[in-house]
Amino acid sequence: MNRPKVKQWQEPKTIDQYPMGSTCDSDHLVSINAGWRTFKPVIDHDKCVMCLRCFLVCPDGVIDKSGDKLEIDYDYCKGCGICAHECKIKCIEMEKEEK
Amino acid sequence: MNKKFISGNDAVAEGVRLARPHVISAYPITPQTITVERLSEMVEDGSLKAEYMHVESEHTALAAAIGVSSVGARAFTATSSQGLLYMAENLPYASGARLPIVMMNANRAIATPWNIYGDQMDSMFLLNSGWIQVYVEDAQEALDMMIQAYKIAEHKNVMIPIMVNLDGFVLTHTYELVEIPSQVDVDEFLPPINMTEQKMDLENPKSLCISAGNDFNFEFKIKQERDLHSSISIIESVDNEFGDKFGRYYNGLMDTYRCEDAEAILITTGSVTGTARIVVDQLRKEGKKVGVLKLRYLRPFPIDRLKTEIGNAKVVGVIDKNISFGYEGTVFTNVNSTLVNMQNSPKSMNFIGGLGGRDITKNNIKNAFESMIKMSVGEEQERIQYMNVRCEK
Repeated sequence: MNRPKVKQWQEPKTIDQYPMGSTCDSDHLVSINAGWRTFKPVIDHDKCVMCLRCFLVCPDGVIDKSGDKLEIDYDYCKGCGICAHECKIKCIEMEKEEK
Repeated sequence: MNKKFISGNDAVAEGVRLARPHVISAYPITPQTITVERLSEMVEDGSLKAEYMHVESEHTALAAAIGVSSVGARAFTATSSQGLLYMAENLPYASGARLPIVMMNANRAIATPWNIYGDQMDSMFLLNSGWIQVYVEDAQEALDMMIQAYKIAEHKNVMIPIMVNLDGFVLTHTYELVEIPSQVDVDEFLPPINMTEQKMDLENPKSLCISAGNDFNFEFKIKQERDLHSSISIIESVDNEFGDKFGRYYNGLMDTYRCEDAEAILITTGSVTGTARIVVDQLRKEGKKVGVLKLRYLRPFPIDRLKTEIGNAKVVGVIDKNISFGYEGTVFTNVNSTLVNMQNSPKSMNFIGGLGGRDITKNNIKNAFESMIKMSVGEEQERIQYMNVRCEK
């Protein structure tokens, strides 16, 4: 999975430690964010042909294509289902999350 | 020594060329138009290696400069009056993001009634925009400030945009003999821009213009306020360094003339200062203890030095080429808040004039001094007076 690592954030203790201007490091994740998902997309890798349509349409960029097969980052997937809806060969199922 | 007989607008363009900006985003407006025309000619003839962006509005002119500065390049734009007000939304974006943009503003009246001539209503509107504001007195100072402004703005502890103001027509369209520094000297004085922390960079990606809610917003603003105040010492050191290199010192944030023992000091901004100095010389011959203090910078406001220079004066007068409707002249308000913190506060008077390009004559200034002198010996005077008005109030 090729994504920025979650880094612990520390509150600035002095004005000097605040950024110069309204600027901060990008790719600076401070927490995982997946708690609102009701259904989760699951890829059937036997059927998947790696067309990358889901990768392109995912609004949160949580589908990783850097490995041999596509991988969904469930730490950040919000379960919108766009990937499953757009998959032409219907190889992504939306499965109910177990609470 | 290279001297040219040029207008204030030409002088700005010459100064900008020497400062080597990477991008000029331009939208013409009277009385600034000649500046951006000259710059376009310089880009065309190859004497200025810059990208010249002909944008569709002033709002875009500054937005483009913000983009240019965000990637760590040197940006220049210029505007005036309604154009400045139209780009107003973008001014705090530039200052909040700490982008060292330099912008020339040709001070011009604000509509309505419509008017293209010079007063300082436009820039006074934007005094709270987080920009450094400097007001120049002549074409030479305009050229020199273009070079100084980049050095101040790009100082690693400043990183604040600068608005260089020159009086519309009186400075922009008046021809003077101006010394043009050599490119070699300017290159030695002004190093290439070197932004790090707030720069957009593919190797070190940044999120720009981030949100900060009620939990963190205040601290960002405190940092901005702190750094605008501490730019005072950098403005002074850059001015000294400029003087050492080019032989012209502007005395930092203010310039005083015969103020040492003066009982009545008149505070001015911009081109009216020269007229005031002539009147001071005349009145000094008559034995009147008068002086003139040119405020060069209104932001940062030079509180401590102003107190020192005013010293033991009995009366301080302030010329304002603007009105903050419902109160008084804006410079007057700013000066007064310094005066009340002095041990022996002098009395203060406001002389409002020059609106819509009306002349402020030697006689007007002489009358102002005479009224101040009367005030100093206890004769009651109107605290806020209009200069050179056509009819009775």
